[in-house]
Amino acid sequence: MKRIGKRLRSNLVIYGLVVVTYVVLQMVMGSGHISSSLQGQLVPICVYVVMAVSLNLTIGVLGELSLGHAGFMSVGAFTGVVACIALEGIISLGAVRMAVSMLIGAACAALAGVLIGIPVLRLSGDYLAIVTLAFGEIIKNIINCLYVGIDHRGLRISFLTSAAALELAEGGRVIIDGPMGISGIKKLSTFTMGFALILITLFIVLNLIYSRSGRAIMALRDNRIAAESVGIPATKYKMMAFVTSAALAGAAGTLYALNYSTVTAAKFNFNTSILILVFVVLGGLGNILGSIIAATVLTILPEMLRQFNDYRMLVYAVVLILVMLATNNDDFKGLLYQIRGKILARNGTKGKEGAVNE
Amino acid sequence: MLKIDNINVYYGAIHAIKGVSLEVTEGEIVTLIGANGAGKSTVLKTISGLLRSKTGEINFMGENISTLPSHKIVERGLAHVPEGRRVFLQMTVQENLEMGAYTQKNRDTDADMEQVFALFPRLLERRKQIAGTLSGGEQQMLAMGRAMMSRPRLLMLDEPSMGLAPLLVEQIFAIIQEMNKKGTSILLVEQNAQMALSIADRAYVLETGSIAVSGTGEELIESDKIRKAYLGG
Ligand SMILES: Nc1ncnc2c1ncn2[C@@H]1O[C@H](COP(=O)(O)OP(=O)(O)OP(=O)(O)O)[C@@H](O)[C@H]1O
Ligand SMILES: [Mg+2]
Repeated sequence: MKRIGKRLRSNLVIYGLVVVTYVVLQMVMGSGHISSSLQGQLVPICVYVVMAVSLNLTIGVLGELSLGHAGFMSVGAFTGVVACIALEGIISLGAVRMAVSMLIGAACAALAGVLIGIPVLRLSGDYLAIVTLAFGEIIKNIINCLYVGIDHRGLRISFLTSAAALELAEGGRVIIDGPMGISGIKKLSTFTMGFALILITLFIVLNLIYSRSGRAIMALRDNRIAAESVGIPATKYKMMAFVTSAALAGAAGTLYALNYSTVTAAKFNFNTSILILVFVVLGGLGNILGSIIAATVLTILPEMLRQFNDYRMLVYAVVLILVMLATNNDDFKGLLYQIRGKILARNGTKGKEGAVNE
Repeated sequence: MLKIDNINVYYGAIHAIKGVSLEVTEGEIVTLIGANGAGKSTVLKTISGLLRSKTGEINFMGENISTLPSHKIVERGLAHVPEGRRVFLQMTVQENLEMGAYTQKNRDTDADMEQVFALFPRLLERRKQIAGTLSGGEQQMLAMGRAMMSRPRLLMLDEPSMGLAPLLVEQIFAIIQEMNKKGTSILLVEQNAQMALSIADRAYVLETGSIAVSGTGEELIESDKIRKAYLGG
Protein backbone atom coordinates (compact mmCIF):
# COMPACT_ATOMS: atom_id res chain seq x y z
CA MET A 1 0.00 0.00 0.00
CA LYS A 2 2.79 2.31 0.95
CA ARG A 3 4.41 1.74 -2.39
CA ILE A 4 1.27 2.67 -4.27
CA GLY A 5 1.21 5.93 -2.31
CA LYS A 6 4.76 6.70 -3.32
CA ARG A 7 4.10 5.97 -6.95
CA LEU A 8 1.10 8.18 -6.92
CA ARG A 9 3.11 10.95 -5.38
CA SER A 10 5.96 10.78 -7.85
CA ASN A 11 3.46 10.70 -10.71
CA LEU A 12 1.62 13.68 -9.28
CA VAL A 13 4.90 15.59 -9.17
CA ILE A 14 5.36 14.97 -12.89
CA TYR A 15 1.82 15.92 -13.84
CA GLY A 16 1.92 18.88 -11.49
CA LEU A 17 5.12 20.30 -12.94
CA VAL A 18 3.81 19.98 -16.47
CA VAL A 19 0.48 21.62 -15.64
CA VAL A 20 2.08 24.43 -13.64
CA THR A 21 4.57 25.15 -16.41
CA TYR A 22 1.73 25.29 -18.91
CA VAL A 23 -0.37 27.63 -16.78
CA VAL A 24 2.57 29.92 -16.03
CA LEU A 25 3.55 30.10 -19.69
CA GLN A 26 -0.03 30.84 -20.67
CA MET A 27 -0.17 33.66 -18.16
CA VAL A 28 3.16 35.09 -19.30
CA MET A 29 2.01 34.89 -22.90
CA GLY A 30 -1.26 36.58 -21.97
CA SER A 31 0.63 39.50 -20.52
CA GLY A 32 2.83 39.66 -23.62
CA HIS A 33 6.10 39.13 -21.71
CA ILE A 34 7.45 36.30 -23.82
CA SER A 35 10.09 36.57 -26.52
CA SER A 36 8.88 35.63 -29.96
CA SER A 37 11.68 33.08 -30.35
CA LEU A 38 10.58 31.24 -27.21
CA GLN A 39 6.97 31.43 -28.26
CA GLY A 40 7.91 29.84 -31.58
CA GLN A 41 9.58 27.01 -29.70
CA LEU A 42 6.68 26.03 -27.53
CA VAL A 43 5.19 23.48 -29.92
CA PRO A 44 8.59 21.94 -30.81
CA ILE A 45 9.30 21.62 -27.10
CA CYS A 46 6.05 19.71 -26.64
CA VAL A 47 6.93 17.54 -29.63
CA TYR A 48 10.37 16.70 -28.28
CA VAL A 49 9.05 16.04 -24.80
CA VAL A 50 6.64 13.47 -26.23
CA MET A 51 9.40 12.03 -28.40
CA ALA A 52 11.77 11.73 -25.46
CA VAL A 53 9.21 10.23 -23.08
CA SER A 54 8.10 7.71 -25.69
CA LEU A 55 11.66 6.76 -26.58
CA ASN A 56 12.39 6.35 -22.90
CA LEU A 57 9.72 3.68 -22.85
CA THR A 58 11.72 1.66 -25.37
CA ILE A 59 15.19 2.41 -24.10
CA GLY A 60 14.84 3.03 -20.39
CA VAL A 61 11.92 0.84 -19.46
CA LEU A 62 12.13 -1.97 -22.01
CA GLY A 63 15.91 -1.75 -22.25
CA GLU A 64 16.15 -2.05 -26.03
CA LEU A 65 18.15 0.46 -28.04
CA SER A 66 16.24 2.20 -30.83
CA LEU A 67 18.14 4.43 -33.23
CA GLY A 68 15.27 5.30 -35.53
CA HIS A 69 12.70 7.03 -33.39
CA ALA A 70 12.53 9.91 -35.87
CA GLY A 71 11.37 7.37 -38.44
CA PHE A 72 8.15 6.83 -36.49
CA MET A 73 7.84 10.58 -36.14
CA SER A 74 8.16 10.83 -39.90
CA VAL A 75 5.47 8.23 -40.51
CA GLY A 76 3.19 10.10 -38.12
CA ALA A 77 4.02 13.46 -39.68
CA PHE A 78 3.27 12.49 -43.26
CA THR A 79 0.26 10.27 -42.68
CA GLY A 80 -1.11 12.80 -40.19
CA VAL A 81 -0.83 15.73 -42.57
CA VAL A 82 -2.26 13.75 -45.47
CA ALA A 83 -5.17 12.77 -43.23
CA CYS A 84 -5.59 16.35 -42.10
CA ILE A 85 -5.75 17.66 -45.66
CA ALA A 86 -7.99 14.84 -46.81
CA LEU A 87 -10.37 15.54 -43.93
CA GLU A 88 -10.53 19.27 -44.63
CA GLY A 89 -13.99 19.17 -46.15
CA ILE A 90 -15.29 16.57 -43.73
CA ILE A 91 -14.32 17.89 -40.29
CA SER A 92 -14.43 21.66 -40.27
CA LEU A 93 -13.35 22.26 -36.69
CA GLY A 94 -9.55 22.58 -36.76
CA ALA A 95 -8.81 21.12 -33.33
CA VAL A 96 -10.98 18.07 -33.91
CA ARG A 97 -9.50 17.50 -37.37
CA MET A 98 -6.06 17.74 -35.88
CA ALA A 99 -6.88 15.31 -33.07
CA VAL A 100 -8.22 12.80 -35.61
CA SER A 101 -5.12 13.31 -37.75
CA MET A 102 -2.88 12.66 -34.76
CA LEU A 103 -4.75 9.45 -34.08
CA ILE A 104 -4.24 8.38 -37.67
CA GLY A 105 -0.57 9.37 -37.52
CA ALA A 106 -0.20 7.37 -34.31
CA ALA A 107 -1.97 4.36 -35.81
CA CYS A 108 0.27 4.34 -38.89
CA ALA A 109 3.41 4.69 -36.77
CA ALA A 110 2.15 1.88 -34.53
CA LEU A 111 1.69 -0.28 -37.62
CA ALA A 112 5.28 0.44 -38.62
CA GLY A 113 6.27 -0.52 -35.08
CA VAL A 114 4.42 -3.83 -35.36
CA LEU A 115 6.06 -4.60 -38.71
CA ILE A 116 9.51 -3.99 -37.26
CA GLY A 117 8.79 -5.58 -33.93
CA ILE A 118 7.37 -8.89 -35.08
CA PRO A 119 10.58 -10.16 -36.64
CA VAL A 120 13.09 -8.31 -34.46
CA LEU A 121 11.73 -8.43 -30.93
CA ARG A 122 11.52 -12.21 -30.98
CA LEU A 123 15.28 -12.32 -31.03
CA SER A 124 17.39 -11.62 -28.01
CA GLY A 125 20.35 -9.39 -28.67
CA ASP A 126 20.95 -5.90 -29.99
CA TYR A 127 19.25 -6.36 -33.33
CA LEU A 128 16.68 -3.67 -32.70
CA ALA A 129 19.28 -0.91 -32.81
CA ILE A 130 20.45 -1.93 -36.27
CA VAL A 131 16.99 -2.48 -37.68
CA THR A 132 15.57 0.79 -36.36
CA LEU A 133 18.61 2.61 -37.68
CA ALA A 134 17.89 1.19 -41.12
CA PHE A 135 14.17 1.87 -40.72
CA GLY A 136 14.79 5.59 -40.16
CA GLU A 137 16.82 5.82 -43.35
CA ILE A 138 14.44 3.69 -45.40
CA ILE A 139 11.38 5.70 -44.39
CA LYS A 140 13.19 8.88 -45.38
CA ASN A 141 13.99 7.47 -48.80
CA ILE A 142 10.53 6.05 -49.33
CA ILE A 143 8.89 9.37 -48.60
CA ASN A 144 11.36 11.14 -50.88
CA CYS A 145 10.02 9.01 -53.73
CA LEU A 146 6.39 9.23 -52.72
CA TYR A 147 3.79 11.36 -54.46
CA VAL A 148 0.36 11.72 -52.97
CA GLY A 149 -2.44 13.94 -54.24
CA ILE A 150 -6.12 14.36 -53.69
CA ASP A 151 -8.99 15.20 -55.98
CA HIS A 152 -12.71 14.50 -56.08
CA ARG A 153 -11.97 10.79 -56.64
CA GLY A 154 -10.10 10.59 -53.36
CA LEU A 155 -6.43 10.07 -52.48
CA ARG A 156 -4.07 9.23 -55.35
CA ILE A 157 -0.70 7.70 -54.71
CA SER A 158 2.28 7.21 -56.98
CA PHE A 159 5.75 5.95 -56.26
CA LEU A 160 9.12 6.72 -57.86
CA THR A 161 7.56 8.94 -60.53
CA SER A 162 6.60 12.59 -60.36
CA ALA A 163 3.65 14.63 -59.23
CA ALA A 164 2.35 14.64 -62.81
CA ALA A 165 1.91 10.87 -62.66
CA LEU A 166 -0.83 11.35 -60.12
CA GLU A 167 -3.05 12.57 -62.98
CA LEU A 168 -5.06 14.70 -60.67
CA ALA A 169 -8.40 15.91 -61.95
CA GLU A 170 -9.42 19.54 -62.12
CA GLY A 171 -9.28 21.13 -58.66
CA GLY A 172 -7.04 18.35 -57.35
CA ARG A 173 -4.11 19.09 -55.11
CA VAL A 174 -0.69 17.52 -54.65
CA ILE A 175 -0.08 16.75 -50.98
CA ILE A 176 3.27 14.94 -50.83
CA ASP A 177 5.55 16.06 -53.62
CA GLY A 178 8.45 13.62 -53.35
CA PRO A 179 11.61 15.21 -51.99
CA MET A 180 9.82 18.55 -51.70
CA GLY A 181 7.65 17.01 -49.00
CA ILE A 182 4.42 18.71 -48.11
CA SER A 183 4.00 22.43 -48.51
CA GLY A 184 1.17 24.83 -47.89
CA ILE A 185 0.18 23.17 -44.62
CA LYS A 186 -2.37 25.08 -42.60
CA LYS A 187 -0.79 25.53 -39.20
CA LEU A 188 -3.13 23.88 -36.73
CA SER A 189 -0.76 23.01 -33.90
CA THR A 190 -1.03 25.13 -30.82
CA PHE A 191 0.75 25.09 -27.50
CA THR A 192 -2.46 23.85 -25.91
CA MET A 193 -2.62 20.93 -28.35
CA GLY A 194 0.98 20.11 -27.52
CA PHE A 195 0.26 20.31 -23.82
CA ALA A 196 -2.70 17.98 -24.25
CA LEU A 197 -0.54 15.48 -26.13
CA ILE A 198 2.06 15.58 -23.37
CA LEU A 199 -0.61 14.85 -20.77
CA ILE A 200 -2.00 11.97 -22.82
CA THR A 201 1.51 10.61 -23.33
CA LEU A 202 2.27 10.80 -19.64
CA PHE A 203 -1.01 9.17 -18.79
CA ILE A 204 -0.34 6.27 -21.16
CA VAL A 205 3.32 5.81 -20.27
CA LEU A 206 3.03 6.18 -16.50
CA ASN A 207 0.02 3.90 -16.35
CA LEU A 208 1.84 1.31 -18.40
CA ILE A 209 4.98 1.50 -16.28
CA TYR A 210 3.12 1.02 -13.01
CA SER A 211 0.83 -1.71 -14.25
CA ARG A 212 1.34 -5.44 -14.08
CA SER A 213 2.51 -5.24 -17.69
CA GLY A 214 5.00 -2.55 -16.77
CA ARG A 215 6.47 -4.75 -14.06
CA ALA A 216 6.80 -7.53 -16.59
CA ILE A 217 8.51 -5.21 -19.08
CA MET A 218 11.01 -4.05 -16.48
CA ALA A 219 11.62 -7.61 -15.37
CA LEU A 220 12.52 -8.44 -18.97
CA ARG A 221 14.93 -5.56 -19.01
CA ASP A 222 16.53 -6.63 -15.74
CA ASN A 223 17.02 -10.23 -16.72
CA ARG A 224 15.37 -11.81 -19.69
CA ILE A 225 16.10 -15.40 -18.72
CA ALA A 226 14.76 -14.92 -15.21
CA ALA A 227 11.70 -13.15 -16.60
CA GLU A 228 10.95 -16.01 -18.93
CA SER A 229 11.52 -18.49 -16.15
CA VAL A 230 8.77 -16.90 -14.04
CA GLY A 231 6.41 -17.14 -16.99
CA ILE A 232 6.53 -13.70 -18.61
CA PRO A 233 5.80 -13.88 -22.35
CA ALA A 234 8.77 -11.88 -23.60
CA THR A 235 7.71 -11.08 -27.15
CA LYS A 236 4.27 -9.89 -26.13
CA TYR A 237 5.55 -7.37 -23.62
CA LYS A 238 8.39 -6.18 -25.79
CA MET A 239 5.90 -5.52 -28.56
CA MET A 240 3.59 -3.73 -26.16
CA ALA A 241 6.25 -1.27 -25.06
CA PHE A 242 7.80 -0.81 -28.49
CA VAL A 243 4.53 -0.27 -30.37
CA THR A 244 3.21 2.14 -27.73
CA SER A 245 6.44 4.06 -28.05
CA ALA A 246 6.12 4.16 -31.86
CA ALA A 247 2.49 5.28 -31.74
CA LEU A 248 3.27 8.19 -29.42
CA ALA A 249 6.14 9.23 -31.69
CA GLY A 250 3.69 9.16 -34.59
CA ALA A 251 1.30 11.50 -32.80
CA ALA A 252 4.21 13.81 -31.99
CA GLY A 253 5.16 13.74 -35.67
CA THR A 254 1.71 14.95 -36.68
CA LEU A 255 1.87 17.70 -34.07
CA TYR A 256 5.26 18.71 -35.38
CA ALA A 257 4.29 18.77 -39.06
CA LEU A 258 1.10 20.73 -38.47
CA ASN A 259 3.17 23.43 -36.81
CA TYR A 260 4.95 24.43 -40.02
CA SER A 261 3.87 25.37 -43.51
CA THR A 262 6.21 22.84 -45.09
CA VAL A 263 7.64 19.52 -43.98
CA THR A 264 10.19 17.31 -45.75
CA ALA A 265 11.37 13.79 -45.01
CA ALA A 266 14.94 15.02 -44.59
CA LYS A 267 13.92 16.66 -41.30
CA PHE A 268 13.41 13.25 -39.69
CA ASN A 269 16.89 11.93 -40.22
CA PHE A 270 19.42 10.09 -38.12
CA ASN A 271 20.48 13.31 -36.39
CA THR A 272 16.96 13.82 -35.12
CA SER A 273 16.86 10.26 -33.79
CA ILE A 274 20.16 10.83 -32.03
CA LEU A 275 19.01 14.16 -30.66
CA ILE A 276 16.06 12.44 -29.00
CA LEU A 277 18.30 9.67 -27.78
CA VAL A 278 20.48 12.31 -26.15
CA PHE A 279 17.46 13.74 -24.36
CA VAL A 280 16.65 10.31 -22.99
CA VAL A 281 20.20 9.52 -21.96
CA LEU A 282 20.81 12.85 -20.31
CA GLY A 283 17.45 12.78 -18.56
CA GLY A 284 18.20 9.33 -17.23
CA LEU A 285 17.17 5.94 -18.56
CA GLY A 286 13.73 5.12 -17.27
CA ASN A 287 13.38 8.55 -15.70
CA ILE A 288 10.30 10.16 -17.21
CA LEU A 289 10.63 13.50 -15.50
CA GLY A 290 14.28 13.57 -16.55
CA SER A 291 13.28 13.11 -20.19
CA ILE A 292 10.80 15.97 -19.97
CA ILE A 293 13.35 18.30 -18.45
CA ALA A 294 16.18 17.27 -20.77
CA ALA A 295 14.01 17.66 -23.88
CA THR A 296 12.82 21.08 -22.76
CA VAL A 297 16.17 22.44 -21.73
CA LEU A 298 18.07 21.07 -24.70
CA THR A 299 15.48 22.41 -27.13
CA ILE A 300 15.65 25.92 -25.69
CA LEU A 301 19.37 25.94 -24.97
CA PRO A 302 20.74 25.98 -28.52
CA GLU A 303 18.62 29.02 -29.22
CA MET A 304 20.03 30.77 -26.21
CA LEU A 305 23.60 29.72 -26.93
CA ARG A 306 23.60 30.44 -30.60
CA GLN A 307 27.24 31.48 -30.60
CA PHE A 308 28.34 28.06 -29.27
CA ASN A 309 26.03 26.13 -31.51
CA ASP A 310 28.87 24.62 -33.54
CA TYR A 311 30.10 22.66 -30.55
CA ARG A 312 26.75 21.15 -29.70
CA MET A 313 27.19 17.99 -31.72
CA LEU A 314 30.67 17.57 -30.29
CA VAL A 315 29.29 17.52 -26.76
CA TYR A 316 26.57 15.07 -27.79
CA ALA A 317 29.15 12.75 -29.27
CA VAL A 318 31.28 12.73 -26.14
CA VAL A 319 28.34 12.16 -23.84
CA LEU A 320 27.02 9.35 -26.01
CA ILE A 321 30.35 7.58 -26.07
CA LEU A 322 30.60 7.78 -22.30
CA VAL A 323 27.10 6.47 -21.84
CA MET A 324 27.66 3.63 -24.31
CA LEU A 325 30.72 2.64 -22.32
CA ALA A 326 28.80 2.85 -19.10
CA THR A 327 25.89 0.72 -20.26
CA ASN A 328 27.83 -1.89 -22.19
CA ASN A 329 30.53 -2.56 -19.67
CA ASP A 330 29.40 -5.13 -17.15
CA ASP A 331 31.99 -4.21 -14.55
CA PHE A 332 30.93 -0.64 -14.69
CA LYS A 333 27.26 -1.53 -14.55
CA GLY A 334 27.80 -3.82 -11.58
CA LEU A 335 29.61 -1.03 -9.79
CA LEU A 336 26.71 1.33 -10.40
CA TYR A 337 24.21 -1.22 -9.13
CA GLN A 338 26.27 -1.74 -6.02
CA ILE A 339 26.55 1.93 -5.30
CA ARG A 340 22.86 2.38 -5.96
CA GLY A 341 21.98 -0.62 -3.85
CA LYS A 342 24.01 0.70 -0.97
CA ILE A 343 22.35 4.08 -1.16
CA LEU A 344 18.92 2.48 -1.34
CA ALA A 345 19.66 0.13 1.53
CA ARG A 346 20.71 3.07 3.65
CA ASN A 347 17.59 5.02 2.81
CA GLY A 348 15.40 2.02 3.49
CA THR A 349 12.11 2.07 1.65
CA LYS A 350 12.83 5.47 0.17
CA GLY A 351 14.42 3.58 -2.66
CA LYS A 352 11.08 2.35 -3.89
CA GLU A 353 10.49 5.47 -5.89
CA GLY A 354 13.72 4.86 -7.69
CA ALA A 355 12.54 1.51 -8.99
CA VAL A 356 11.71 3.05 -12.35
CA ASN A 357 14.37 5.66 -12.26
CA GLU A 358 17.57 3.90 -12.90
CA MET B 1 4.35 -36.62 -14.00
CA LEU B 2 7.16 -35.62 -16.39
CA LYS B 3 8.15 -37.97 -19.15
CA ILE B 4 10.68 -37.04 -21.78
CA ASP B 5 10.89 -39.31 -24.73
CA ASN B 6 13.84 -39.31 -27.13
CA ILE B 7 14.58 -35.60 -27.45
CA ASN B 8 17.26 -34.24 -29.78
CA VAL B 9 18.41 -30.65 -29.39
CA TYR B 10 20.74 -28.74 -31.67
CA TYR B 11 22.61 -25.46 -31.36
CA GLY B 12 22.96 -24.72 -35.03
CA ALA B 13 25.05 -27.63 -36.28
CA ILE B 14 26.02 -28.81 -32.79
CA HIS B 15 24.05 -31.84 -31.72
CA ALA B 16 23.90 -31.10 -27.99
CA ILE B 17 21.29 -33.60 -26.81
CA LYS B 18 21.14 -37.00 -28.49
CA GLY B 19 18.02 -39.00 -27.89
CA VAL B 20 17.57 -38.39 -24.18
CA SER B 21 14.64 -39.95 -22.35
CA LEU B 22 13.94 -39.52 -18.68
CA GLU B 23 11.11 -39.53 -16.23
CA VAL B 24 10.09 -37.92 -12.95
CA THR B 25 7.29 -39.48 -10.93
CA GLU B 26 5.11 -37.44 -8.59
CA GLY B 27 6.84 -36.79 -5.26
CA GLU B 28 10.31 -37.77 -6.39
CA ILE B 29 13.65 -36.02 -6.28
CA VAL B 30 15.43 -36.91 -9.48
CA THR B 31 18.90 -35.70 -10.22
CA LEU B 32 20.70 -35.27 -13.50
CA ILE B 33 24.47 -35.23 -13.15
CA GLY B 34 27.30 -35.07 -15.63
CA ALA B 35 30.50 -33.30 -16.56
CA ASN B 36 30.75 -29.72 -17.77
CA GLY B 37 29.22 -29.37 -21.19
CA ALA B 38 27.39 -32.70 -21.01
CA GLY B 39 24.13 -30.94 -21.79
CA LYS B 40 22.38 -30.81 -18.43
CA SER B 41 21.31 -27.18 -18.71
CA THR B 42 20.23 -27.79 -22.27
CA VAL B 43 17.87 -30.54 -21.13
CA LEU B 44 16.26 -28.25 -18.55
CA LYS B 45 15.94 -25.39 -21.01
CA THR B 46 14.27 -27.70 -23.47
CA ILE B 47 11.78 -28.91 -20.88
CA SER B 48 10.90 -25.35 -19.88
CA GLY B 49 10.41 -24.28 -23.48
CA LEU B 50 13.41 -21.99 -23.86
CA LEU B 51 14.85 -24.37 -26.44
CA ARG B 52 13.06 -26.69 -28.82
CA SER B 53 13.65 -30.35 -29.45
CA LYS B 54 13.77 -31.54 -33.04
CA THR B 55 12.15 -34.86 -32.20
CA GLY B 56 10.38 -36.71 -29.46
CA GLU B 57 7.88 -35.63 -26.88
CA ILE B 58 7.89 -33.92 -23.52
CA ASN B 59 4.88 -34.93 -21.53
CA PHE B 60 3.91 -33.13 -18.32
CA MET B 61 0.85 -34.20 -16.33
CA GLY B 62 -0.48 -36.06 -19.32
CA GLU B 63 -0.07 -33.19 -21.78
CA ASN B 64 2.49 -32.76 -24.55
CA ILE B 65 4.24 -29.51 -23.67
CA SER B 66 7.03 -29.71 -26.23
CA THR B 67 5.50 -27.03 -28.43
CA LEU B 68 4.14 -24.73 -25.70
CA PRO B 69 5.78 -21.34 -25.15
CA SER B 70 7.69 -21.08 -21.89
CA HIS B 71 5.13 -18.92 -20.06
CA LYS B 72 2.41 -21.49 -20.73
CA ILE B 73 4.64 -24.18 -19.29
CA VAL B 74 5.12 -22.18 -16.08
CA GLU B 75 1.34 -21.83 -15.87
CA ARG B 76 1.05 -25.63 -16.00
CA GLY B 77 3.07 -25.85 -12.79
CA LEU B 78 6.56 -26.56 -14.08
CA ALA B 79 9.08 -24.03 -12.78
CA HIS B 80 12.72 -23.65 -13.79
CA VAL B 81 15.42 -22.00 -11.70
CA PRO B 82 18.03 -21.29 -14.35
CA GLU B 83 21.75 -21.67 -13.88
CA GLY B 84 23.65 -18.75 -12.38
CA ARG B 85 21.26 -17.04 -9.98
CA ARG B 86 19.10 -15.13 -12.34
CA VAL B 87 17.42 -12.67 -10.03
CA PHE B 88 16.10 -9.24 -10.92
CA LEU B 89 19.07 -7.29 -9.65
CA GLN B 90 17.34 -3.94 -9.56
CA MET B 91 14.27 -5.07 -7.67
CA THR B 92 13.96 -5.72 -3.96
CA VAL B 93 13.71 -9.23 -2.54
CA GLN B 94 9.99 -8.83 -2.08
CA GLU B 95 9.49 -7.52 -5.62
CA ASN B 96 11.45 -10.46 -6.95
CA LEU B 97 9.12 -12.81 -5.12
CA GLU B 98 6.10 -10.92 -6.41
CA MET B 99 7.41 -11.40 -9.95
CA GLY B 100 7.60 -15.11 -9.21
CA ALA B 101 3.84 -15.10 -8.70
CA TYR B 102 3.42 -13.53 -12.12
CA THR B 103 1.36 -16.41 -13.46
CA GLN B 104 -0.89 -16.39 -10.37
CA LYS B 105 -2.95 -13.50 -11.65
CA ASN B 106 -5.91 -13.44 -9.34
CA ARG B 107 -4.60 -15.37 -6.42
CA ASP B 108 -3.69 -13.92 -3.10
CA THR B 109 0.03 -14.50 -2.91
CA ASP B 110 0.63 -13.42 0.69
CA ALA B 111 0.35 -16.95 2.01
CA ASP B 112 2.78 -18.19 -0.65
CA MET B 113 5.23 -15.53 0.36
CA GLU B 114 4.92 -16.51 4.02
CA GLN B 115 5.78 -20.07 3.01
CA VAL B 116 8.84 -18.92 1.11
CA PHE B 117 9.97 -16.88 4.10
CA ALA B 118 9.43 -19.89 6.31
CA LEU B 119 11.79 -21.90 4.09
CA PHE B 120 14.27 -19.04 3.73
CA PRO B 121 14.25 -16.93 6.90
CA ARG B 122 17.23 -15.00 5.53
CA LEU B 123 15.06 -13.58 2.80
CA LEU B 124 12.54 -12.35 5.34
CA GLU B 125 15.23 -10.29 7.07
CA ARG B 126 16.13 -8.80 3.73
CA ARG B 127 12.81 -8.36 2.05
CA LYS B 128 13.41 -4.65 1.35
CA GLN B 129 16.98 -5.11 0.16
CA ILE B 130 17.86 -4.66 -3.52
CA ALA B 131 18.57 -8.12 -4.92
CA GLY B 132 21.79 -6.97 -6.59
CA THR B 133 23.33 -6.45 -3.17
CA LEU B 134 22.52 -9.94 -1.85
CA SER B 135 25.33 -12.42 -1.45
CA GLY B 136 25.60 -15.23 -3.95
CA GLY B 137 23.98 -17.72 -1.60
CA GLU B 138 21.15 -15.35 -0.81
CA GLN B 139 20.57 -14.76 -4.50
CA GLN B 140 20.33 -18.51 -5.01
CA MET B 141 17.78 -18.71 -2.22
CA LEU B 142 15.88 -15.85 -3.78
CA ALA B 143 15.85 -17.54 -7.19
CA MET B 144 14.50 -20.72 -5.57
CA GLY B 145 11.98 -18.84 -3.48
CA ARG B 146 10.82 -16.93 -6.53
CA ALA B 147 10.21 -20.16 -8.40
CA MET B 148 8.18 -21.46 -5.46
CA MET B 149 5.88 -18.45 -5.80
CA SER B 150 4.46 -19.91 -9.00
CA ARG B 151 3.24 -22.92 -6.99
CA PRO B 152 5.11 -25.44 -9.07
CA ARG B 153 4.24 -29.12 -9.00
CA LEU B 154 7.66 -29.83 -10.44
CA LEU B 155 10.65 -27.61 -9.73
CA MET B 156 13.74 -27.84 -11.91
CA LEU B 157 16.92 -26.54 -10.29
CA ASP B 158 20.05 -25.92 -12.33
CA GLU B 159 23.16 -26.18 -10.14
CA PRO B 160 21.82 -24.55 -7.00
CA SER B 161 25.07 -25.24 -5.16
CA MET B 162 27.29 -23.51 -7.69
CA GLY B 163 29.90 -21.36 -6.01
CA LEU B 164 28.53 -21.75 -2.49
CA ALA B 165 30.41 -22.59 0.69
CA PRO B 166 29.92 -26.17 1.97
CA LEU B 167 27.77 -25.09 4.88
CA LEU B 168 25.44 -23.17 2.62
CA VAL B 169 25.33 -26.06 0.16
CA GLU B 170 24.07 -28.27 2.97
CA GLN B 171 21.44 -25.72 3.87
CA ILE B 172 20.27 -25.45 0.27
CA PHE B 173 20.02 -29.22 -0.04
CA ALA B 174 18.11 -29.43 3.22
CA ILE B 175 15.68 -26.86 1.86
CA ILE B 176 15.30 -28.81 -1.38
CA GLN B 177 14.36 -31.87 0.66
CA GLU B 178 11.93 -29.83 2.69
CA MET B 179 10.27 -28.44 -0.44
CA ASN B 180 9.97 -31.98 -1.68
CA LYS B 181 8.37 -33.13 1.56
CA LYS B 182 5.81 -30.37 1.20
CA GLY B 183 4.76 -31.89 -2.11
CA THR B 184 6.93 -30.39 -4.84
CA SER B 185 8.63 -32.88 -7.11
CA ILE B 186 12.21 -31.95 -7.94
CA LEU B 187 14.43 -32.35 -11.00
CA LEU B 188 17.90 -31.36 -9.84
CA VAL B 189 20.89 -30.71 -12.06
CA GLU B 190 24.15 -30.77 -10.14
CA GLN B 191 27.91 -30.77 -10.39
CA ASN B 192 28.06 -31.75 -6.76
CA ALA B 193 27.24 -35.38 -7.53
CA GLN B 194 27.86 -36.66 -4.02
CA MET B 195 25.31 -34.34 -2.45
CA ALA B 196 22.83 -34.70 -5.27
CA LEU B 197 22.92 -38.51 -5.20
CA SER B 198 22.57 -38.56 -1.43
CA ILE B 199 19.18 -36.84 -1.53
CA ALA B 200 17.91 -38.21 -4.84
CA ASP B 201 15.40 -41.01 -5.23
CA ARG B 202 16.67 -41.66 -8.72
CA ALA B 203 19.48 -40.32 -10.88
CA TYR B 204 20.56 -40.05 -14.49
CA VAL B 205 24.12 -39.53 -15.67
CA LEU B 206 24.49 -37.50 -18.84
CA GLU B 207 27.61 -37.93 -20.96
CA THR B 208 28.11 -35.75 -24.05
CA GLY B 209 24.43 -35.49 -24.78
CA SER B 210 23.16 -38.97 -23.96
CA ILE B 211 22.13 -40.78 -20.81
CA ALA B 212 25.01 -43.10 -19.88
CA VAL B 213 23.72 -44.57 -16.65
CA SER B 214 20.58 -44.36 -14.59
CA GLY B 215 19.40 -45.87 -11.33
CA THR B 216 18.49 -45.05 -7.78
CA GLY B 217 20.64 -42.55 -5.92
CA GLU B 218 22.11 -45.29 -3.74
CA GLU B 219 22.95 -47.55 -6.66
CA LEU B 220 24.91 -44.80 -8.37
CA ILE B 221 26.79 -43.81 -5.23
CA GLU B 222 27.89 -47.43 -4.85
CA SER B 223 28.82 -47.90 -8.47
CA ASP B 224 32.58 -47.96 -9.06
CA LYS B 225 32.36 -46.37 -12.44
CA ILE B 226 30.37 -43.42 -11.18
CA ARG B 227 32.57 -43.04 -8.15
CA LYS B 228 35.65 -42.81 -10.34
CA ALA B 229 34.17 -40.45 -12.86
CA TYR B 230 32.11 -38.10 -10.73
CA LEU B 231 32.76 -38.58 -7.06
CA GLY B 232 36.51 -38.18 -7.10
CA GLY B 233 37.53 -41.64 -5.95
N1 LIG C 1 23.89 -21.13 -27.01
C1 LIG C 1 24.72 -22.12 -27.37
N2 LIG C 1 25.25 -22.15 -28.61
C2 LIG C 1 26.07 -23.15 -29.00
N3 LIG C 1 26.42 -24.15 -28.20
C3 LIG C 1 25.95 -24.19 -26.96
C4 LIG C 1 25.06 -23.16 -26.47
N4 LIG C 1 24.75 -23.45 -25.20
C5 LIG C 1 25.39 -24.59 -24.89
N5 LIG C 1 26.10 -25.04 -25.94
C6 LIG C 1 26.91 -26.26 -25.99
O1 LIG C 1 26.07 -27.35 -25.69
C7 LIG C 1 26.74 -28.27 -24.84
C8 LIG C 1 25.91 -28.51 -23.60
O2 LIG C 1 25.85 -27.32 -22.84
P1 LIG C 1 25.11 -27.22 -21.45
O3 LIG C 1 25.12 -25.80 -21.03
O4 LIG C 1 23.81 -27.89 -21.55
O5 LIG C 1 26.08 -28.05 -20.51
P2 LIG C 1 25.97 -28.38 -18.96
O6 LIG C 1 25.90 -29.85 -18.84
O7 LIG C 1 24.89 -27.60 -18.35
O8 LIG C 1 27.38 -27.89 -18.45
P3 LIG C 1 27.78 -27.15 -17.08
O9 LIG C 1 27.85 -28.21 -16.03
O10 LIG C 1 29.15 -26.62 -17.36
O11 LIG C 1 26.78 -26.11 -16.81
C9 LIG C 1 28.10 -27.68 -24.57
O12 LIG C 1 29.02 -28.31 -25.43
C10 LIG C 1 27.96 -26.22 -24.92
O13 LIG C 1 29.17 -25.71 -25.42
MG1 LIG D 1 24.84 -26.08 -17.04
